[in-house]
Amino acid sequence: MKILVAVKRAIDYNVKARPKADGSGVDLANVKMSMNPFDEIAVEEALRIQEAGHATETIAVSIGPKQCQETLRTAMAMGIDRSILIETDEEVQPLAVAKLIKAVVDKEQPGLVFLGKQAIDDDSNQTGQMVAALLGWPQGTFACGVELMGEQVQVRREIDGGIQTIKLSLPAVVTSDLRLNEPRYVKLPNIMKAKKKPLDTVTPADLGVDIAPRLHLVKVAEPPVRQGGVKVPDVAALIDKLRNEAKVI
Amino acid sequence: MTALVLAEHNNAELNPATLNAVAGAQALGGDVDVLVAGSGCAAVAEAAAQVSGVRKVLLCDSEAYGHALAENLAPLLVSLAEPYEHLLAAATTTGKNVMPRVAALLDVAQISDIIGIESADTFVRPIYAGNVIATVRSSDAKKVITVRTTAYDAAAATGGSGTVETVDGSAASGASQFIGEELTKSDRPELTAADIIVSGGRGVGSSENFAIIEALADKLGAAVGASRAAVDAGYVPNDYQVGQTGKVVAPTLYVAVGISGAIQHLAGMKDSKVIVAINKDEEAPIFGVADYGLVGDLFKEVPAMTEALD
Repeated sequence: MKILVAVKRAIDYNVKARPKADGSGVDLANVKMSMNPFDEIAVEEALRIQEAGHATETIAVSIGPKQCQETLRTAMAMGIDRSILIETDEEVQPLAVAKLIKAVVDKEQPGLVFLGKQAIDDDSNQTGQMVAALLGWPQGTFACGVELMGEQVQVRREIDGGIQTIKLSLPAVVTSDLRLNEPRYVKLPNIMKAKKKPLDTVTPADLGVDIAPRLHLVKVAEPPVRQGGVKVPDVAALIDKLRNEAKVI
Repeated sequence: MTALVLAEHNNAELNPATLNAVAGAQALGGDVDVLVAGSGCAAVAEAAAQVSGVRKVLLCDSEAYGHALAENLAPLLVSLAEPYEHLLAAATTTGKNVMPRVAALLDVAQISDIIGIESADTFVRPIYAGNVIATVRSSDAKKVITVRTTAYDAAAATGGSGTVETVDGSAASGASQFIGEELTKSDRPELTAADIIVSGGRGVGSSENFAIIEALADKLGAAVGASRAAVDAGYVPNDYQVGQTGKVVAPTLYVAVGISGAIQHLAGMKDSKVIVAINKDEEAPIFGVADYGLVGDLFKEVPAMTEALD
């Protein structure tokens, strides 16, 4: 069984995003970019399944500009066998991403597709579900546990009330939540090795996918700023404020 | 213009998040219908018909929908979508799981986690963990939307006079199967519906120490929450997590104890009416958003507060 993992090049999680002064978009000039943290967890899970002997090959796919090669090299330095870059400088929204991934799945025929549950830039939390829908495959979203059982995969999911366990027939789509695993650190020799691993580049047109955006960005703005209040000296003063000023207890 | 809201429920009771989603749908200005799909869920449909402003409830009662599996629910929503311009659900883990699947089957974009409606096709939503607010216009004929529940006050649960109409579903897809659930059992209010929340962070130090957070919460009749750091450290279960990737809450009073105030935590609670921070580090970013800050040792201050509330 092959495993396909989708990885997104996104703003580094330590960087605070800011709108451009004219509100036309987010200022990403000279901002550090990294692999979306949820996708790193997805890569790690695919590798663990391969290391346990359940997968013959792991493939990473990324969509975006040429610089996404770096993201794919990182995935290969972690241990992914080979990569596909779907190169475009256009904005690609989740539905289009899902169609592109489906096109790769049709060609590669993996038994599992892993994605992060959401990207920390647009916070859409859609792509995995959309890939599953377009393929007609079952989905295990927000996974905190993945166990292969022959022709099925059991997924533990983080849901609002606790944990839900479902069983899916393979092939299936799984999206990773934060606590699925702790991704490995990349070792220097593996970075060198990753440079020699295959990285194919295709375009959305090669795959016959229309990526025209469906959502038009009207504007972006800073969120309303919440002003800090006062410091209180002790518990008695705090309770007094809550009772008599804020009137919330 | 008509909107269809996917009701969230446990086959016995309507989840309050649905009332926020209905309120969001009503803000669009047209009629609002509600889909109750489940197994043995007629009582939920009756309850949904009582919700203020609901025109019609579509009831689809079949074993296939008993656990809200996306593989079964999404095709049902698609089969019912024809007369509706907007399809909405609360941005809960159920809504987030099902709605993108619906959108893809309809070949339309989803607009996730909206906090505002400018017009029938233009919506406001937070991106970059709430650091940026985007306004987006959809060019699709149908809009599939998840609604951030804290952005809309719940529609009244009673006072409505909707009709209930039974609709046909189809058999389960068979590709996915519900195995079980481990739900956190608590006598405390549900986190996303609570008036008061007391949250603990890494500063609390251990699972055992969370007892002091719980004692204060119980004194206030509050729910207990946590920062990602506290959840990652294993002090409390994952469903306690407040933040951009956890639960987004907006209670009347939010008490942050031993929480430094990482961006992703603030994104999940900064719409609370009153915020209290108790932290020994007076430079902690949480004080920048707190209405009342108390610099001190939480192991002393929190029990003192619990006691003082007697």
